[in-house]
Amino acid sequence: MGRKLLLDKAHIENIRLYDVYRREGGYRSVEKALKTMSPDAVTEEVKKSGLRGRGGAGFPTGMKWSFLAKPEGVPRYLVVNADESEPGTFKDRYLMEFIPHLLIEGMIASSYALGANRSYIYIRGEYAWIVDILEQAIQEAKNNGWLGKNILGTGYDLEIYVQRGAGAYICGEETALLESLEGKRGNPRIKPPFPAVKGLWDCPTVVNNVETIAAVVPIINEGGDEYAKIGIGKSTGTKLISACGNIKKQGVYEIDMTISVEEFIYSDEYCGGIANGRKLKACIPGGSSVPILPANLLLTTAKGEKRMMTYESLAEGGFATGSMMGSGGFIVLDDSQCVVKHTYTLARFYRHESCGQCSPCREGTGWMEKILLNIENGKGKMSDIDLLWDIQRKIEGNTICPLGDAAAWPVAAAIRHFRDEFEWHITNADDAQRRNYGLMHYADPLPPPSKGELAGVK
Amino acid sequence: MADEVKKEAPANFKVTIDNITVEVAPGTSILTAARQIGGDVTPPAMCFYSKLKGSGGKCRTCLVEVAAGSTADPRPMPKLVASCRTNVMDGMIVKNITSERVQEARAGVVEFLLINHPLDCPICDQAGECHLQDLSYEHGKEGTRYEFKRRTFEKEDIGPYIQLHMTRCILCYRCTYVADQITDNRVHGILDRGDHAEISTYISKAIDNDFSGNMIDVCPVGALTDKTFRFKNRVWFTKPVDAHRDCDKCCGKVTLWQRGDDVLRVTSRKDEWGEVQSYDSKPGWICNTCRFDKKHAKDWVIEGPTTINRHSVISQGHYLGLQKPKETIAEVMGGREPKLLMDIHGISDVNKVELSELPGPATSKTFTPAPKGE
Repeated sequence: MGRKLLLDKAHIENIRLYDVYRREGGYRSVEKALKTMSPDAVTEEVKKSGLRGRGGAGFPTGMKWSFLAKPEGVPRYLVVNADESEPGTFKDRYLMEFIPHLLIEGMIASSYALGANRSYIYIRGEYAWIVDILEQAIQEAKNNGWLGKNILGTGYDLEIYVQRGAGAYICGEETALLESLEGKRGNPRIKPPFPAVKGLWDCPTVVNNVETIAAVVPIINEGGDEYAKIGIGKSTGTKLISACGNIKKQGVYEIDMTISVEEFIYSDEYCGGIANGRKLKACIPGGSSVPILPANLLLTTAKGEKRMMTYESLAEGGFATGSMMGSGGFIVLDDSQCVVKHTYTLARFYRHESCGQCSPCREGTGWMEKILLNIENGKGKMSDIDLLWDIQRKIEGNTICPLGDAAAWPVAAAIRHFRDEFEWHITNADDAQRRNYGLMHYADPLPPPSKGELAGVK
Repeated sequence: MADEVKKEAPANFKVTIDNITVEVAPGTSILTAARQIGGDVTPPAMCFYSKLKGSGGKCRTCLVEVAAGSTADPRPMPKLVASCRTNVMDGMIVKNITSERVQEARAGVVEFLLINHPLDCPICDQAGECHLQDLSYEHGKEGTRYEFKRRTFEKEDIGPYIQLHMTRCILCYRCTYVADQITDNRVHGILDRGDHAEISTYISKAIDNDFSGNMIDVCPVGALTDKTFRFKNRVWFTKPVDAHRDCDKCCGKVTLWQRGDDVLRVTSRKDEWGEVQSYDSKPGWICNTCRFDKKHAKDWVIEGPTTINRHSVISQGHYLGLQKPKETIAEVMGGREPKLLMDIHGISDVNKVELSELPGPATSKTFTPAPKGE
């Protein structure tokens, strides 16, 4: 049984209300931070904890905070990125919906550490009801003296505002989020300057994921060193994983990063195995934009080691044989799923969500979608596979923001690991309309790719 | 004393671009540094416009490889960077035409820009002075791998003088910056997102201000065209002359595009990079009166012929080191010169005359049946 730090009280009835939350020990971290610690000490504690950004990139949070420019007389801002729109990721929604006060508490402590007097929650427009939940929580916190002027008599002021997005995935990119928050069109900015220097209204800004900010609460309560003891290596603490797809028990799970992928999928404590007695075919371990892995490479790395649910282990082998922790959207595909159709669905999503600012992403995502639709409909040509590979290679790394990479990686990984399924779709066009490729030979278990193959990619 | 302090400008940065070292002031972008060197070393720029604040970074044609970040931190940058929006550091080493990665990425960007471009150059007013044309000659492929229907939009009139043809647009955003920065009452921007994003005015409102015509000048392609010049003439048939007049709204320094004594078109004066020239370090934008209403030579004081830059098709005879395409037609015809256009189209089959067997050029008699009885 893994440790739970964020969701351990989520099951308590009415925990979303202030009174219950406070009775269960809520807002202890704010008391501790504001009364006994200096802002720098809080940052130091977060640094010690080894907490890494939970939004996808996995950048050390403490380091991000210490990069924040602190010029005199310029306000600083904390912006919480709650624009969770990645297909397959729904962990922040769970957190905000059931224990909103955890986020508010984390925000107060974090804002104190950063010296921000105004903090924003930029929430996805589709989470309309959660806005009400958050606003109620903010009001309750305010009524009880946790927000507003002179919090707990320490002289520290803080206001938290909730801003709804208008339904664009791109606004989850931090600079596009800031543009949108300023009331402009949500186009990503060209970096540098980074938000830590010039962010919201040209002031130094830290943008963090909901889960990252919530994790600050246990870090302050238990101490950074204690937190760092959980997990393996540089993957410290607990992580929320939103598991979905063809598994028996879909949902949000909190894991301490010590379990293996196999345990996560098959144990009854977590996903409970593949549904309907089918077999595992593939899995996207970190939200739709990270590379898909076939079952054999998912459970063991190319070196033959057991793959663990940690940042390092999931990325083991680079993109040739590994993937990424990403935002923790764990999508499992069984042998009844079609990888071509799946890749097409993702390509359609990225085409729809591209902001259209820079040319490789604007034109390339649409092109890839059309080719994939052709292959899916049995009108593909063999040369299309190489063309897709070439297009994704020309998008990746050449765009302003990571959306181009996010659109390219799933296509690249699908071709890399499931090329035979694409070829089967093209050569057996009629068959492909009636039935799925199934497991065939590549899925679980299969010997790792030869060394020659590995040298060829990335 | 104050003067002396002023002279001590901050030390210049040394930056090496394609093995050529140049000294530039701190805060200069790689692209601007490369423009100081000039020639082939300069990356192409479709969206960057030095006179428009905030432009650049979008088209990705100016991507370059940074092989060493600076003297202090000589690590290479992992990704290709947009040279128009990346500032130089002291000791930076940049690879543009010497980097295969850059050439490949640029070819990719050109391909992306062209897949939804209508390629209607034969009927486009911009042909001959189109930056996308130049770019695709230099980096494009001969064919396309795109097999789908190209994106199209309805033509839109924005104001009495300007037509917007979104189908040709490459979304460089330059015109929105013009509308934003040199005119009042902004009504012009981007609608929608992704590949269906379009430049438009809010609810198709006309753009009505004195400097709106400059949008035509900044447009790198033929998406924004001058209605007073549309389909009047090809650019390369007109002759550009520099002229000026006293204008109370603008600098009044323009280029007249004449055919005979007729003034067909008036534009602002462009520099070597296709950007409007500066006077007293102010961009020489011109007003709509000068651009659209003064279409007689008598309205202007003619200064003399315009110096033509490399971007213009009328300069084609002046290119140095121009490589002419290989002539293949003679090989196709089996070693002889083609006699008629019909040679190529094979119309001789219809007339049952084998043109290649004729000793001389074909004439009308060749196709006339011999009179009966002779």
